[in-house]
Amino acid sequence: MAAEKFPIEAGHIMMFARSIGDANKIYYDEDYAETTEPGGTVAPPTFVQASAQFDPNYFLRPKIGEEWFGSASGPTGITKREGGGGGGGGGGLHAEQHYVYHRQVMVGDVLKATTKPGKSWEKEGRRGGKLKFSESVTEYHDQKGELVVTATSVGVQTEKPATS
Amino acid sequence: MSLKASELKVGDTYEEEVCRNLSRTQIVQYAGTSGDYNPLHSDEIFTTQIAGYPSVFAHGMLSMGMTGKMLTNYVGDGRLKSYGVRFTSQVFPGATLTAKATITDIREEDGEQIAAIEISTQDAEGVVVIKGQATARLD
Repeated sequence: MAAEKFPIEAGHIMMFARSIGDANKIYYDEDYAETTEPGGTVAPPTFVQASAQFDPNYFLRPKIGEEWFGSASGPTGITKREGGGGGGGGGGLHAEQHYVYHRQVMVGDVLKATTKPGKSWEKEGRRGGKLKFSESVTEYHDQKGELVVTATSVGVQTEKPATS
Repeated sequence: MSLKASELKVGDTYEEEVCRNLSRTQIVQYAGTSGDYNPLHSDEIFTTQIAGYPSVFAHGMLSMGMTGKMLTNYVGDGRLKSYGVRFTSQVFPGATLTAKATITDIREEDGEQIAAIEISTQDAEGVVVIKGQATARLD
């Protein structure tokens, strides 16, 4: 996940909260949010994952004018792509996700996300054949260049569908 | 709303049902807000015919997001210091999930009272779909 500018917006947080079924008023009512301990609209703990929206090259979003690997007239638009590390993907799944919050993400922040690869390793799976794990580490810095969140994602590539 | 170190002890638990009969539409909603449009989560034709899964399934991050709602309801807004999970089983449409937090340690770090929390989210059959840990600041 790489995003030059990931603006933290109240409307996006509201929609994100709805999608995870979170009715906490802090995500819906800015006046109420100002009366809470954080003093404003705070992002839900997993919200930074939505920085994918601001990554121009995020591979799990259809791109204007390009073929998409989901179904259309046939069961897939193109040949299945190789997934990258973390976040799942064609042939890949999300195995682990870890966040360290150096401070809370608030509406008004504009974060910059930079991702670097971490460790990779292999394991024999019980159902999916050989499993290839790879880690990616995304750092979110604010406008002042201060580190806000460190996100570590572990992706796994399976030889066959890993139904559990 | 926040937790007080003086009122909390190791072994304390909190749990919440975080989704009931998970709908494909909610999974689509999550795709839309997170920006992860992987067809494995919304495109039954691709998922069954090309990827070889029995059905579309939820983003791991949706289960983590729903489990995170239990955590923030428990520890309070803006209180988490860390939150990490392993996705131990896929979550399919129709799932009813219950997320549980257990206090495993209460300690002082850099002048703050911190609770260490073990997390487990299970479906209605008792299959664990998420195992994780978090730390949160206490009063």
